[in-house]
Amino acid sequence: MSEMAATDALPKPKRDIAPVLLPIALALLMLPLIGSVSSWVTLTVASLAMGMMIFIMASGLTLVFGLMDVLNFGHGAFIAVGAYVATLVLLPLASFVQADSLLANLAVLLPAVLLAMAVSGALGLVVERVLVLPVYGQHLKQILMTTGGLIVAEQTLYALWGPQIIPLPLPTALRGSLIIGDIAIAKYRLLAMLVGFVIFVAIELVLNRTKIGLLIRAGVENREMVEALGYRVRRLFLGVFMTGSALAGLGGVMWGLYREQVHASIGDELTVLVFIVVIIGGLGSVTGCFIGALLVAMVANYGGFLLPKLALVSNILLMVAVLMWRPRGLYAVTNR
Amino acid sequence: MSGLLTLSDVHTHIGSYHILQGVACEVPEGRTTMLLGRNGAGKTTTLRTIMGLWQASQGAIALSGDRIERLATPDIARLGVGYVPESMAVFSDLTVKENLVLAARDGPLDDTHLAWIFGFFPALKKFWLTRAGSLSGGQKQMLSIARAIVEPRKLLLIDEPTKGLAPGIVMALIECLKEIKRRGATILLVEQNFYAARELGDKVLVMDNGTIVHSGEMADLAADVPLQEHLLGLSLEQHQ
Repeated sequence: MSEMAATDALPKPKRDIAPVLLPIALALLMLPLIGSVSSWVTLTVASLAMGMMIFIMASGLTLVFGLMDVLNFGHGAFIAVGAYVATLVLLPLASFVQADSLLANLAVLLPAVLLAMAVSGALGLVVERVLVLPVYGQHLKQILMTTGGLIVAEQTLYALWGPQIIPLPLPTALRGSLIIGDIAIAKYRLLAMLVGFVIFVAIELVLNRTKIGLLIRAGVENREMVEALGYRVRRLFLGVFMTGSALAGLGGVMWGLYREQVHASIGDELTVLVFIVVIIGGLGSVTGCFIGALLVAMVANYGGFLLPKLALVSNILLMVAVLMWRPRGLYAVTNR
Repeated sequence: MSGLLTLSDVHTHIGSYHILQGVACEVPEGRTTMLLGRNGAGKTTTLRTIMGLWQASQGAIALSGDRIERLATPDIARLGVGYVPESMAVFSDLTVKENLVLAARDGPLDDTHLAWIFGFFPALKKFWLTRAGSLSGGQKQMLSIARAIVEPRKLLLIDEPTKGLAPGIVMALIECLKEIKRRGATILLVEQNFYAARELGDKVLVMDNGTIVHSGEMADLAADVPLQEHLLGLSLEQHQ
């Protein structure tokens, strides 16, 4: 074959780093407005921690959206179930939770987290088979089915645990703050940041360094062509759905511990936030979801400090602003 | 010459539209069969129905004698059917390498086979680690075809590979497809470009209104201008 454009120079693909710079620019911009360095650090750390927890909850949803084109309005059920399952382990073993020993704390915390993820993942399997499978490709029915699923899950939690708020105390080792000069950084927030970052890196590694990840990325872009290459995308969908559900369960545990309480409508409350993050990030984009979660958390924390009256609508305003800038989200992966 | 692929009275409905209305044809093994016809005749639908991307509502499709019309697309692909869609459908977020790694379903990329592909698609080697979305139209088409032949396939379904490409790139693609032919591949190729059809086709099928209206040797049709005008509404020379 002739050289046929083989030697044509391709334009170097531009790295789109503007969205990555956005949270950094926002944080720096807030410093003079807030005035006090210690308050700024506290708010920034709170934003990062909150953002990471929201990211954990939203990461699965964005892949489900992108890969499966499923509008899962029931994602909050996995968050709530995860949080409640954690109470089943942590409350009866309160002596371990309150023990002044990191090992004793971890001995109950880790099983609680793993059980919450397992139950949420299993619930994801049931939801995908029973509620989502019959309505693939039918968005309106997906919304009705999954919203119905969320209501059923929420009411089941009410029926089993009652309407009262259930306290979920932080393990002793995670209480308190690290003091650096006149800046206090809550230990749990540091842990939340660490866990969120590790999960982000893990997802990125899986997506970029493994064949399963390639399949997911390709499937988000063109599901039909992946099938034409001989891959059974249905199984992949199910795996992603279950993983997303399990991550939502983990997010629910972390959010419950962050607030030190759990209630039946926790999933309902967080669903809106999670959807805003997924839309801001761009459907199917994990990186966009990560940045979107940080932005949402920053706007909530900085906004709550500077303009408390705007706090209620700050996330909606953020979403509007982002979509006016990039109508398909920060990093558009799908054409939807 | 035996028929590797046989379609018998195949009907396909898309929504309320009855697109394929009893397609019956045979694709002989080791030869290139051109599928020609006016726009909207049902050529792409035929390929997609064979691939299982649209389900046949009636009729039989057999590959090496085994019925495949009720199989899911991945199962048809696993029987050795490679598909190059009209839209190319390269994964633009993935690199050239990643696109080919995915296409090599049964194991790692074979270096010798890869060298053969690079022989006629040097651009793919040059842009190995470049995101496919950055490639030109011709390069995307090369990648799409390379993806279909990165592993040995029983049958290649290729939909209008030259569509929208510059003449120089079309010539190069024809050379490439000839090389694939020389390796004994069985190809069912939808093509509007007369030169490409004449150069590549051994056999020809002409479609109109969802049915096969002519089946014969490509050389015979290429030599028969009145028949071309009768079947296609204009001669192949005008059809370029």
